[in-house]
Amino acid sequence: MAGERLISSDGIRHDGRRLDELRPIKMAVGVLKNADGSAYVEQGNTKILAAVYGPRSIHPRHLAYPDRARVRCRYHMAPFSVEVRKSPAPSRREIELSKVIREALSHAIFLEQFPATAIDVFIEVLEADGSTRCVGINAASLALADAGIPMKDLVAACAVGKVEGHLVVDLTDLEDKNGEVDMPFAMMYGRKKITLLQLDGILSYEELCKAVDLAMTACEKIYAMQKEALKQRYLALRKSIEEGGG
Amino acid sequence: MISKVKKAQILSLLNSGKRIDGRSLEQYRQIKVETNLISRADGSARVSLGDTLVLVGVKYEVGPPFPDTPDLGVLTVNAEFLPLASPTFESGPPDENAIELARVIDRSLRKSNAVDLTKLCLIPGKSVWIAWVDIYVLNHDGNLIDASALATSAALLTSKIPKAEVEGDKVKVIYEERLPPPLTSLPVTVTVAKIGGALVVDPVLDEEEVADAKIAMSVVGDKICAAQKMGEGSFEVAEVKKAASLAIEKAKELQDKLIQLPKP
Repeated sequence: MAGERLISSDGIRHDGRRLDELRPIKMAVGVLKNADGSAYVEQGNTKILAAVYGPRSIHPRHLAYPDRARVRCRYHMAPFSVEVRKSPAPSRREIELSKVIREALSHAIFLEQFPATAIDVFIEVLEADGSTRCVGINAASLALADAGIPMKDLVAACAVGKVEGHLVVDLTDLEDKNGEVDMPFAMMYGRKKITLLQLDGILSYEELCKAVDLAMTACEKIYAMQKEALKQRYLALRKSIEEGGG
Repeated sequence: MISKVKKAQILSLLNSGKRIDGRSLEQYRQIKVETNLISRADGSARVSLGDTLVLVGVKYEVGPPFPDTPDLGVLTVNAEFLPLASPTFESGPPDENAIELARVIDRSLRKSNAVDLTKLCLIPGKSVWIAWVDIYVLNHDGNLIDASALATSAALLTSKIPKAEVEGDKVKVIYEERLPPPLTSLPVTVTVAKIGGALVVDPVLDEEEVADAKIAMSVVGDKICAAQKMGEGSFEVAEVKKAASLAIEKAKELQDKLIQLPKP
């Protein structure tokens, strides 16, 4: 990236976006037959598939919580999802992300309705171009809803970063690698509750406040798209029933 | 697991602005930092936060750089939650909690540029200094991150790196001669727990068990260089902002502990 700038003087990013603009987003719900719930989300070149199994019986049994469901989450990157082939064995990064994603999602689920069961969330990164944990959360949240699991709210996620001194939303891989700051963020938007926040890079207090506000605005947009994607799933279902019945 | 009685006690005390160990909401436990305890390590520090006890050892070793950063030294942070530290810790490879702790500290060191890795290069593409930071949790009574981060910075600050001479494509290490490592400003981490709507710093284990969620903020100077929300609960926007300003303020106390360290 020597000499080349990621943000032009009139505030346009390397892929033509404005600072607070999301990449084009595609969401599809109910994409896998076997899973109880599933979703596929594309955000620019980042492509993620999420599936949910459960609530189901939990093995080994001693892992069961007597009073609520246990959420288990696996965030995993396909070996071909990145520039240099990644070993399919879970890395330390994937183990950490699986933990924070689980913690970002479980608050939104009525876990106490399913004691002693497991809700398994699988997130597969098929292609990685930045913000994979956030897109993974967006997909997993849709898959949970698609599985019919009672939820307090959907979880919407978006990363905010600082690139060449500017705060930007929905980082690409290039911006993540060459930028100064990456701040993944997830929120139960309807309830305004932050369920994931990580920061990697230096921000002053004022910048952090601004970044959080910016992330919230981005989550609002994603939240609306998630709701629409779920609606589309049921409109399609209704149509097929009506056609079948008629 | 925490008993219902204790949980109720913690929550009702917090309602009146008090904590189970008599501290105020924004008060750390007694902080003790000791350095140079392990003579075979190149740097070491033991930090206690009340009954939480963490030992950190630093070792410098000559090795190959990462292929994508041929002219940078290597910094590796690992954490072991030893089975002797808590009835809930089991032997085996680091679990997700240990990995998370090590990675948060690793990020805070990297983003604050604590160790100047450009100065740890010996022969580009071939030999560099590898700084191994090993975090050993010896007794767990909550807030392992703050204790580990402080011990890591203290161990690095008081560490000595052996002298290395480059002769052609060979590196000769002179262990008898030691120099201070190339450090800039070192980060400290302040963890804020949210318990029943109250924000408290430096939670003890019982408080962590009751907490909705925690957020660890690493501070360098008066800025935040890393953060991690932990736990299944959530934060309001205003709470995150409050936690950030609280972290920046409380960081000064921890930074003072580093300033007071005896010079190696």
